[in-house]
Amino acid sequence: MSLARDIITIVAVSAGAFFFLAGTVGLLRFPDTLTRLHALTKADNLGLGLVVLGLLPQAGSLRDGLKLVSIWVLGLLAGATVSQLIARTARQGEAAK
Amino acid sequence: MTEFLTAAVGFILAMLALGLVSILRAPGDTDRMMAAQLIGTGGIAALLLLGTVTEVPAAVDVALTLALLATFASIAFVKKGLSSLEADGTGSTEGQ
Repeated sequence: MSLARDIITIVAVSAGAFFFLAGTVGLLRFPDTLTRLHALTKADNLGLGLVVLGLLPQAGSLRDGLKLVSIWVLGLLAGATVSQLIARTARQGEAAK
Repeated sequence: MTEFLTAAVGFILAMLALGLVSILRAPGDTDRMMAAQLIGTGGIAALLLLGTVTEVPAAVDVALTLALLATFASIAFVKKGLSSLEADGTGSTEGQ
């Protein structure tokens, strides 16, 4: 049982770290603002989500697990709102030029 | 398990350092703000991992605070951008 938990943790945290890598490389390499925003939201939502998913089997109690999930949900809501706002600012900035 | 999670923290912190490079090289303010957003998210992930590795439950609360602050930083940036754009817009129409 403990082995299964550890395997879930290793797989999910590795996938999450990969998405952070993808987000950072995308931010460095993609050509314009909107594609970079696309790369960023993948790291925000999937990277953090997979890290939280990987930490859930290691959580001591139900309350700790719920707290981790609620941080991810907050991250999702904030990421969705902020990326819409930033995209609007970027478009208005382009229109103003 | 502790070793693996510590290595994951190190990896994510290295990604954050790369994010700082992208702040340095970014062409515009929007891109810098996006890099700051990525650093916020990565910081949350690193804190959650560290809290589990070292069994310090308070680190999770710090991560929660960081999630809130990163959001408000971006919203403040957008509000500032909007007000300056509005100022530019009225200035240009008055000029015409």
